[in-house]
Amino acid sequence: MQDLTQQILELVRRTSTDLPADIENKLRASLAQEEPGSAAHGALETILKNVALARKNSTPICQDTGTPLFYVHYPEGTSTRKLRRMIQDAVIAATKKNYLRPNSVDAITGKNTGDNTGDEHYPTIHFEEVDEDQPLTIELMLKGGGCENVGAQYKLPNVGMHAGRDLAGVRKVVLDAVYQAQGKGCAPGVLGIAIGGDRGSSYLASKETLLSKIGDENPNPELAAMEQQITEEANQMGIGPMGFGGKTTVLDTKIKGLHRLPASYFVSVSYMCWAYRRRKMTVQGDEVRYD
Amino acid sequence: MREITIPISDETIRDLKVGEPVLLSGVMMTGRDAVHKWMNDTFIKKTRQPVGDDLEVYEAIKPILDGGVLYHCGPVVAGVETGEYKFVAAGPTTSIREEPYQADVMKHFNLKGVIGKGGMGSKTLQGCQETPAVYFHAIGGAASLIAQCVRRVIAVHKLDFGVPEAMWVIEVKDFPVVVTMDANGNSQHMVVDAQSQKVLEELLAKA
Ligand code: SF4
Repeated sequence: MQDLTQQILELVRRTSTDLPADIENKLRASLAQEEPGSAAHGALETILKNVALARKNSTPICQDTGTPLFYVHYPEGTSTRKLRRMIQDAVIAATKKNYLRPNSVDAITGKNTGDNTGDEHYPTIHFEEVDEDQPLTIELMLKGGGCENVGAQYKLPNVGMHAGRDLAGVRKVVLDAVYQAQGKGCAPGVLGIAIGGDRGSSYLASKETLLSKIGDENPNPELAAMEQQITEEANQMGIGPMGFGGKTTVLDTKIKGLHRLPASYFVSVSYMCWAYRRRKMTVQGDEVRYD
Repeated sequence: MREITIPISDETIRDLKVGEPVLLSGVMMTGRDAVHKWMNDTFIKKTRQPVGDDLEVYEAIKPILDGGVLYHCGPVVAGVETGEYKFVAAGPTTSIREEPYQADVMKHFNLKGVIGKGGMGSKTLQGCQETPAVYFHAIGGAASLIAQCVRRVIAVHKLDFGVPEAMWVIEVKDFPVVVTMDANGNSQHMVVDAQSQKVLEELLAKA
């Protein structure tokens, strides 16, 4: 198979330095809703200037370049072992070029590996096989520590919040997560929510929802309505960009339902900061396309 | 927008109110976990003896911090090998980690402000009133833009703490921040928290 290290390095560069259009447009629309001269307005203005500058200079949008999360769909017959090696090499090269900050710290010794490699979970790579005639796609999401720290997992029922094992209960705990996060996940953010699963699969799925674009319609109309309701209600709390107060706290909400054990009902909330870095590359034959 | 030049007078500081956006210009210094601990242990609580260049560095930073500003930031700096330093990315880091030290550091050095993100606690708020000083909130993640505001790296102390943990003396121009804790006992973080909690309770009561 062809060596894709350089092409994956380019994927990392784009992800770290060039914020996707759907997010930038949403930030711009939010700016228009905030009071000119307010702290919220100023924060969004600064954010948008920063986005433009990072793109122009090809420098990281945020200095915390986060955990690199790769999602790979590979055609039947591809060596995932080789793909993993290429991804790791690309990550090492991207760290040398300052597209990524050295972020991988051994939890036991406290030592930073210096090149963003670590163990089989760092960088995180998810593999999924597709048919032989399908293209190879690699999606990358960079998820910063500040927003990861405000993520939350709830177990329903939650007596304190009178939250039962239904969508009404889900709504309550998600709103609580937004309140708890305040501006600390670098609001405005996007909520990725998974309902069901076990603790592990639930968190995984909550992150996967963040691969879809802002404004992508949820195929389940009931969940689509709930996404909109949560976004609106979260914004009523007035936390605002950076927690300065204001109308823009949550840019969008994404929900996915999973299967669960009868005994468990988990709700996992992954919070993605405004520096919502995700990009995708598609390899078909010799051609590589980036979105 | 209000423009403020460092060093800052007590009158200016007392006049600042939470929620107010400000553009800062002048000379400031970065400092995060290692610096706060070093200041505290060596010169404030004096639990360790000064060693090596400790006293020299202390004398060098005193005039910068007197009436000055300390920035919670672990920058990405180019030119570390050559000594021709240039800030590449310089967003704020989470301030609350310095809560145990901040008020004492403010008072000891007569700081007029600290810059960071996420806000700080009641001990620092008290320190802001006593010093007086304010907490400036920078825009989390705006690393490129803030690096662009850094016009010049004047000096670096304790580079052996590591690049992000060292004390970088920098000259900035029009660094955008918002006052979120003022010298009159007000904290925007507490206000927003209380307001949003009220709305949350209403929403939770609704069905
Ligand atoms: S939460 Fe996001 S924007 Fe904020 S510092 Fe972390 S990566 Fe950057």
